[in-house]
Amino acid sequence: MAFGFVTTRVTDVLNWARRYSLWPMPYGTACCAIEFMGLISGRFDISRFGAELLRFSPRQADLLLVMGTISYKQAPILKRIYAQMPEPKWVVAVGACAASGGFYNNYHTVQGIDELIPVDVYVPGCPPRPEQLMDALVKIQDGILKRDKGRIQNSESRIQKGDI
Amino acid sequence: MAIEYIKLLEERLGDAAVESHSFRGFESAVVRSGAWERALEILKTDGKLNMLTDLCGLDHPGEKDRFEVVAHLYSVEKKKRVRLKTRCPEDDPSISTSTRVYPAADWFEREAFDMYGIRFDGHPNLKRILCHRDFVGHPLRKDYPKEKRQPFSTPDTLMDEMEILDPCDRPIVRSSDRKILDGVTIARSTIARSHDSRFLLNIGPSHPAMHGCFRVLVELDGERIRNAVPEIGYMHRCFEKEAEAHTWHQVIAYTDRLNYVSPIMNNAGYCMAVERLLDIEIPERAKWIRMLACEVSRICDHLVAVGANLVDIGALTNFWYLFNAREQFTDWIEALAGARLTATYTRIGGLSRDIPAGSNAQLRSCIKTMRQAIKDVAAMTKKNRILIDRTHGIGAISEEEAITRGFTGPCLRATGCAYDVRRAHPYYFYDDIEWDVPVGIRGDTYDRIFVRMEEMEQSARIIEQVLERLPEGPIMTSRRDVVLPPPHEVYGSIEGMMQHFKLAMHGIHPPEGEVYSYTEAANGELGFYIVSDGCERPYRARVRAPCFPIYQAFPMLIKGHLVADVVAIMGSLNIIAGELDR
Repeated sequence: MAFGFVTTRVTDVLNWARRYSLWPMPYGTACCAIEFMGLISGRFDISRFGAELLRFSPRQADLLLVMGTISYKQAPILKRIYAQMPEPKWVVAVGACAASGGFYNNYHTVQGIDELIPVDVYVPGCPPRPEQLMDALVKIQDGILKRDKGRIQNSESRIQKGDI
Repeated sequence: MAIEYIKLLEERLGDAAVESHSFRGFESAVVRSGAWERALEILKTDGKLNMLTDLCGLDHPGEKDRFEVVAHLYSVEKKKRVRLKTRCPEDDPSISTSTRVYPAADWFEREAFDMYGIRFDGHPNLKRILCHRDFVGHPLRKDYPKEKRQPFSTPDTLMDEMEILDPCDRPIVRSSDRKILDGVTIARSTIARSHDSRFLLNIGPSHPAMHGCFRVLVELDGERIRNAVPEIGYMHRCFEKEAEAHTWHQVIAYTDRLNYVSPIMNNAGYCMAVERLLDIEIPERAKWIRMLACEVSRICDHLVAVGANLVDIGALTNFWYLFNAREQFTDWIEALAGARLTATYTRIGGLSRDIPAGSNAQLRSCIKTMRQAIKDVAAMTKKNRILIDRTHGIGAISEEEAITRGFTGPCLRATGCAYDVRRAHPYYFYDDIEWDVPVGIRGDTYDRIFVRMEEMEQSARIIEQVLERLPEGPIMTSRRDVVLPPPHEVYGSIEGMMQHFKLAMHGIHPPEGEVYSYTEAANGELGFYIVSDGCERPYRARVRAPCFPIYQAFPMLIKGHLVADVVAIMGSLNIIAGELDR
């Protein structure tokens, strides 16, 4: 700063901006969505992380929060929602069901959304506490700074592979 | 109690009424499959059993008549219940439909068809309801492996149902429309054009107003809804199949996730059913605490229901006010059970633990916050012109219609019918304390919102009285075949250790039999129809979800209203996916 200017890369500036302006698309299907309501309301207040602008249209969102059990009936819809989100995008599997199917191991339950779409952060818990969701958010934010192109190419190939 | 219905059936049906039996005070009648519809008709018209609370299937592999259909009927005026059963053989599993007698049977029969493959002759639209379209087999049959998964790629267009349900004679859907609708879109829903100014609009399953994952395909004339087809099953996570694969105690954790906005009430409902099966009376203190926990859950549920409904209509501020109060109650639930939401609090025979120290002061302060929140919200909404315009007369249903459709809970009380299980069939100490049953007048969205608001106040009254009268004493029954012995017996005596070992390894073994136990949950009558064959796992654990019949009437409620009203009506019904799809 001795000469009154700094140098950086455009990507770094963009990532810095993206980090604090995540627009989540809450894909809430079950119990975890109720805890998410707690997260957006007064006590926990997701807006402290710059991520309070919920978008219910995937085309306007860059953070997909999958909260709840995904059944086989729902699988094609989740895949389509992910496909509709513009790059760059991040996915959080909130709760045991989204992460692994949870304690629903049966004929109609997908055993983790990573069978369908790539996942950046898994949050354990049934349902996770709002604090855990905040932790996931911070992890995503940290990840954005370190992000490189490989992750996206990788994710594209994974969605091909993950077709059910 | 309901022996008169059995006599009535025997009189009128003669040989077709095969047998009758009574277990734990609940009468069942078995009729021949050919006389099924006739029997229902007699019970409805002459027996005045005007509500079909539940209808489900059962599988008995290896028996001559493999499948069983069980209906639970209720008379709101006489406050009496009866169970009607019939059997059908494996090679031709069909009986006549009951939809002509009880319109509410529609989805129940579709579910029995989906789960067991029982065909209901004459049903207007017998197709799968919970499992996806491409599913092969019937998952609740005992020979269907629990973990046999069947992938699915393309959602149903629902166009077949749209054609069937169309009120006009001429079909309005052309084959070219199918292509456009092949697939489900989200949020900004697909709009497909059919001829003469009508639109098909797909709402959900991922839509902010579709709370979770409901889908409804509507046919619009301008902005007015002419016809609607709902689709459910997106949250079908097989509670009933899981219950059959787990021990009696393990099922409690699954019940949490039925109505996940108020889990303790599901715990209590299930445990009460198993206790009835075992013929256990739980200690007084446990009963009082269950009442306390249930009423706190009811408040939590209504706070979310009202808050979310108002958000859907556009009144966001109220949500923050109400959720603020809910957070305080959640703190108490966390102190009580260790979890904020999925508490798994009750046990068969009592409770997992006593209430935390300082509950009295904590709950009183919660109630204070809640009263203030309700006061603030009521001040902003009750006479608000916009809210009144959006909710008065919207999605109205008459009392008689609501009963025929199987409505219970706040949605039924909004129509003016004061049916509340806690009042009609008091359990625990609900008849010992003072509280009122709030009712509405018009049965519309406005009434549903404000019935819930008033119910919160009544629950607060109950909580205050329970806190005053809570007796000391044990919280678990002393029946050794059900509860684990205390540690000093386990470590100090051979009998204690053996009991502990037996219970921990093999669980409890309720006697053979069947019970239908019902409690007033946040959305209405939550029924558990449980069949035991004397083993360590339930033979059948059927849930009568209160919002299942309510959502069934959704197309009827939204017809003729505007698209924006769909959202308001949906919120006011408080449909919970976990409970609806199980």
